Amino acid sequence: MNPAQPLVLTPSLLSPDGLVGLIFLIMIGVTLAGAFIAATAERLVRALAGLVVCFTGVAGIYYFLNSPFMAMMQILIYVGAVCVTISFAIMMAAPEHKRKVGPSGSLSGPIGFMVAALVFGGMSTLALRTEWQSFPKVNTGTVREIGIQLLTSYSMVFELISIVLLIAIIGAIVIARGGRSR
Amino acid sequence: MSLLVIHQYLTTYLVIGAMLFGFGIYGLLTRRTLIGMLIAAELMLAGVSVNFMAFNRFLAPDPTVGQIFTLFIMAIAAAEAAIGLSIVVAVYRYYKTVDTEDLVNLNG
Repeated sequence: MNPAQPLVLTPSLLSPDGLVGLIFLIMIGVTLAGAFIAATAERLVRALAGLVVCFTGVAGIYYFLNSPFMAMMQILIYVGAVCVTISFAIMMAAPEHKRKVGPSGSLSGPIGFMVAALVFGGMSTLALRTEWQSFPKVNTGTVREIGIQLLTSYSMVFELISIVLLIAIIGAIVIARGGRSR
Repeated sequence: MSLLVIHQYLTTYLVIGAMLFGFGIYGLLTRRTLIGMLIAAELMLAGVSVNFMAFNRFLAPDPTVGQIFTLFIMAIAAAEAAIGLSIVVAVYRYYKTVDTEDLVNLNG
């Protein structure tokens, strides 16, 4: 599909297309609100909750990008595994009574905001100004085709990433255990 | 152009990805604990993944490539979170803090 030519120009709010658009707007709102909380909340637990909200919104965006499989993986891996791991680390390593407040370092004030705003502005200007060219699809990108590609074209990468994950698990146990006698 | 059809445009997704990346950079620069910086790095990875998935949906001839790449990003992010958090726990056990201002042993 050519991204420059949308299917429907102006659907009404109560038509199915309009409701789809409304759900997409809600997903954008959820994602950006969660990202804002995750980047700016003073307490780490609240930042982590914002991260969960943001990842859920990103899963919704993946659903709009024709990939319910990746939406499910986003929920399973990020919300289910990574955020739970971070919450355990917050419980073990970031006690609330030792928390310092106030700005830290020279980059925390307006300079950090300006750097982030410059990166965002540059990347979105690039996205808006470029003439993107689409090509005809050679397949439909279903879960079946992802599985075939994973076990044929990308089988080497698939094996390597399993080894990386195994080494990461063993390394995490070894590093976190260090210093304990038993 | 109505706001209700913006999910059919590539640039919408690219701007969302750029915004997530910007929030991630802001968090990475302003956080004062290692765990907060890790949360911000996860935000940046999410922005990159959204970009990949958007190009995969609109431009790529083979729409499985972007999904597989995003899957690998997720696996790397999970490994990174496991290793990073175990380092944070080890640092906390040694220094009794994870504040970036107190971890200055290598400061010249």
